[in-house]
Amino acid sequence: MVKNTIGREIPTEFADKYGVFKGAWAKKSAYQTAAAQVHPVQPTDSKLVASIHDVIEKVGLKDGMTISFHHHFREGDYVMNLVLAEIAKMGIKNLSIAPSSIANVHEPLIDYIKSGVVTNITSSGLRDKVGAAISSGIMKNPVVIRSHGGRARAIKAGDIHIDVAFIGAPSTDEYGNINGYHGNAICGSLGYAQVDAKYADRVVAITDNLVPYPNTPISIPQTDVDYIVQVDKIGDPDGIARGATRFTKNPKELIIAEYAAKLIEYSRYFKDGFSFQTGSGGASLAVTRFLKAAMLKHKIKASFAIGGITQPMVELLEEGLVNKLLDVQDFDKRSADSIRENENHYEIDAEMYASPFAKGAVVNQVDVAVLSALEIDTQFNVNVMTGSDGVIRGASGGHCDTAAASKMTVVVAPLIRGRIPTIVDQVNTVITPGESIDVVVTEYGIAINPKRKDLIDALQNLDVPQLTIEALKAKAYAIVGTPQSIVYTDQVVALIEYRDGSLIDVVRKPGEIDE
Amino acid sequence: MQRLRTTMMFLPGMNPAMLRDAGIYGADALMFDLEDAVSPAQKDAARFLVHEALRTLDYGSAETVVRINELETHGRQDIFAMVDAGAQVIRLPKTETPQDIIDVAQVISTAETRLGKPAGSTKMMAAIESAEGVLNAREIAKASDRLVGIALGAEDYVTNLQTKRYPDGQELAFGRAMILHAARAAGIDAIDTVYSDVENEAGFRAEVALIKELGFNGKSVINPRQIPIVKEIFAPTQVEIYQASRVIKGLEEAKAKGSGVISVDGKMVDKPIVERAQRVMQLAAASGLVKQGGNN
Repeated sequence: MVKNTIGREIPTEFADKYGVFKGAWAKKSAYQTAAAQVHPVQPTDSKLVASIHDVIEKVGLKDGMTISFHHHFREGDYVMNLVLAEIAKMGIKNLSIAPSSIANVHEPLIDYIKSGVVTNITSSGLRDKVGAAISSGIMKNPVVIRSHGGRARAIKAGDIHIDVAFIGAPSTDEYGNINGYHGNAICGSLGYAQVDAKYADRVVAITDNLVPYPNTPISIPQTDVDYIVQVDKIGDPDGIARGATRFTKNPKELIIAEYAAKLIEYSRYFKDGFSFQTGSGGASLAVTRFLKAAMLKHKIKASFAIGGITQPMVELLEEGLVNKLLDVQDFDKRSADSIRENENHYEIDAEMYASPFAKGAVVNQVDVAVLSALEIDTQFNVNVMTGSDGVIRGASGGHCDTAAASKMTVVVAPLIRGRIPTIVDQVNTVITPGESIDVVVTEYGIAINPKRKDLIDALQNLDVPQLTIEALKAKAYAIVGTPQSIVYTDQVVALIEYRDGSLIDVVRKPGEIDE
Repeated sequence: MQRLRTTMMFLPGMNPAMLRDAGIYGADALMFDLEDAVSPAQKDAARFLVHEALRTLDYGSAETVVRINELETHGRQDIFAMVDAGAQVIRLPKTETPQDIIDVAQVISTAETRLGKPAGSTKMMAAIESAEGVLNAREIAKASDRLVGIALGAEDYVTNLQTKRYPDGQELAFGRAMILHAARAAGIDAIDTVYSDVENEAGFRAEVALIKELGFNGKSVINPRQIPIVKEIFAPTQVEIYQASRVIKGLEEAKAKGSGVISVDGKMVDKPIVERAQRVMQLAAASGLVKQGGNN
């Protein structure tokens, strides 16, 4: 067992293979990027293939290979299930899958794991049923959890070698010029899939919207794509993008958002030309609304906003309060429409968004990030992966990427959810190290990381209750009691890679609970 | 200084999540409801829950008020439990006569004695919710030294009047005026009724503006989102604060000199103006418009 710098115990076999976390900026050596195979296409060749079955044969998919998918279709994705069903039927086994994330809709995956079709997984997240199945120990090899920036890095560095990338294409021509702006399954940005297309040996576009050549705008170019397969439907529009993002009416989320916005407004980062990222959770979205009021009051405009883009950010763009949106993923229909229609709303890939080992990711330029959390501990470590029962149910996303690089990282979370404290002695799983978190905002007040003495001094007169993180924790425990710690078995079900590829934590299978 | 009761937030006694979070929204008073918001089958459970909440949770500077059931039903048990838990105010629903107040005050006295609480430490409020109660408001307001305020409960009142609530509030004009006058004659607070349509912010604003003009001390609220709106409307203007602060300065100078005559810019200031200035400064502090002195 090896302890990393934040005291998490990593079994030696994994520590040897991946290295252990030694600090957010500990690794920075130069490296050689991986390269993709190219199978040249001649003028008389056709890229169109009749079926998923045929394309699997054409790309030569074999036992033990790695295939990838993207999660821009979120809960509306049909592609991964279609492809895996065909693969299972063809008797191919022992595959590694490397989707950018896994949703509830991918529940059939559980059977493919049990039947040995899928034996390795790397993903940003694992939602309810799939997460619970993984936590119950159905896989021999632990899932490798990677952040969005970390996944792009791993692909570029060759840690993940994709043999075949299957890309759901909302629109493509027969030569493989793809975008997510048109068609039935509009998803807007294809930022995660762009990385796969660049580095996979074989790239297959699966579409329900074949358009005349040349299809523009070109998010993924024909030069990256081997084959195109047409199917009835690649996704359910209702699951891909919510119709309209509604502002929360939850008074607790509103008070958290108000505190966070006051904090940002009062900070030295809030000046003309500032940049920010806000998440898609209720409180995080509401921060955008309060921030808008502050921007109007002080006549301040932001230079850009990034991230998963939501309607409130699009509204800021349209009202001239933000100059540009840099977009790796869209969360609602309004955002997906905006990226098509507004030239200042710009698609970027996951590497440019957040990779730690790029020639400078956009997150490096962000002033203020507002992120959410399932748990925060008194060392400011954040968990967005496992529930209070220790079971996997979340996603790493861009949390540790944005948190590490932003000048001020604000985590918004209720002090208590139901009977469960959010601020605890020790989080179940560390996704983002405490060194990256500057301020925690709850409905009872804020806690500033003692390492940020500059912020503590600068925010002295901020009109929001200020407590230490220990005091917040004590308040939570006083209300709901001290949580019983979870008993884990020794079986490691997931490895948590930090964005630089080292292991920041592992997830173990929870033990049986004594009633 | 007198307590502010600009916002009094209603909390259903059987909602643990609301009881847990009630302290964070900045309400001046929290009214834990054991009466209409609790079904008959859950009266005991709600009483137990509120009792535990009052004993264990930190509600900061908010005044804790409990709306009990009528004495004929569960009121007696409610009073004993709430006095034991340290509730600051017992609120009696559907008050019709001064005798209703006297009866409840008697039970509170017994509870205080038996539970070893200082006599008279538990205050009272009365909700008036019928024509009979409104007509008796003057006597009700003076029925006990424990009383710190009376409130209009409009829903039952308009039903009793054989009307319903209308946007302009004309149906409540007499009741509101009566309660306000009764409260002022007795030297206690007058609190206005709830506004149930949480989504109608414009209607709520208009009603709060109206009751502020009439002279009410504050408004009952049913959702935390209504609190900042009431505070905003009750918040004094910068001009009012400036003038009030000069009156207070005059008062302090007079005290320092040992003089009974308070003057601002050479002009003598009357006692009512001083009282109003004190109230303005208190509201300004509560609204965060000026820094509170002392223990803040």
